[in-house]
Amino acid sequence: MSRSDVLVDADWVEANIGAPGVVIVEVDEDTSAYDKGHIPSAIKIDWKKDLQDPVRRDFVDKTGFEQLLSGRGISNDDTVVLYGGNNNWFAAYAYWYFKLYGHDKVLLLDGGRKKWELDSRELSTDVPQRAKTSYTAAEQDDALRAKRDEVIDAIGKRNLVDVRSPDEFAGRLLAPAHLPQEQAQRGGHIPTAKNVPWSKAANEDGTFKSDEALTTLYKDDAGVDFGKDTIAYCRIGERSAHTWFVLHEILGLANVKNYDGSWTEYGSLVGVPIELGEGK
Amino acid sequence: MSNDSCGAPAGGVTITKDKAGKEAIIEGQVLRAGAPVSTGYARLLGTGDEFVAEVPLGEDGGFRFFAAPGEWTLRVLAPGNVRLSQEVGAEIGQITKVSFLV
Repeated sequence: MSRSDVLVDADWVEANIGAPGVVIVEVDEDTSAYDKGHIPSAIKIDWKKDLQDPVRRDFVDKTGFEQLLSGRGISNDDTVVLYGGNNNWFAAYAYWYFKLYGHDKVLLLDGGRKKWELDSRELSTDVPQRAKTSYTAAEQDDALRAKRDEVIDAIGKRNLVDVRSPDEFAGRLLAPAHLPQEQAQRGGHIPTAKNVPWSKAANEDGTFKSDEALTTLYKDDAGVDFGKDTIAYCRIGERSAHTWFVLHEILGLANVKNYDGSWTEYGSLVGVPIELGEGK
Repeated sequence: MSNDSCGAPAGGVTITKDKAGKEAIIEGQVLRAGAPVSTGYARLLGTGDEFVAEVPLGEDGGFRFFAAPGEWTLRVLAPGNVRLSQEVGAEIGQITKVSFLV
């Protein structure tokens, strides 16, 4: 993988609005953004309602994913172009999710909704109707997803990259600063984790930094060993999907997993080690 | 907004009472010729312009952050290459109000 295989810019998307075999999808947590205006021809996926199991804390299963994509009119041969708000956090999460279920023809709009808006490009409130398909998903690819026990076992062995803000990493905040600090679980980070906030990988307009700048950020500045396997985590797994995208898809590192249980799971586990303070 | 979310809602999370409680709140509004600027972003930056958080502006041009106590930089981005900054302090139990005129 490299940047040109996984990222498209706003000009490319503008030129491919309505193109056969291309489905543009906005992925947000709050669908009011889509309803207010979206890229013409784009359909929407709700990060929580559509992609999370309503009962268990887990993804929708393979059958659920097949039903979702079939219902939205996405076929196995379509090229899916994802974009969203929050600097593409949820779009990157959806990208990871599409890959987990074996959809290879998936791209991310560099800069997402923010870049599109700041460029003053056209937004539409028309909701397209797409004919239903019969989508077939693959079994979930475990090579992309880390779970709790694997993360605990990785302490001191693999790269652990904590992509939350420095204050969350140190244990001073339990959530990003645009949210109330209302949680009960412990603060801190997984021992041996390097703190590389997701935002350092992005420019102010939401686009990704250059390959050279990204390599310097992770390898040289943070000391992430590119020869080792890596697990990225944050609070609930969507900011770390953004970093997973950078490390695995843009920079092409071989074994990178996203720990979607992230701090809301780890910080509530009984008996696991926690480190406080700045990174070591 | 529930705990199982990291997303930034437009304008920031609504507070139900006009009190900060145990939070250090920074909130404000972006206006152009007296009218709200509803397309744009407010960013909360720490020392050295270190990114901390960002919300899309609300319909009323508003934004709100739950910061740690201390000194912060607020930056507003909007179409037309608008890029404005202000320094602001935050204290526990206080709502610090800021406005930007584009």
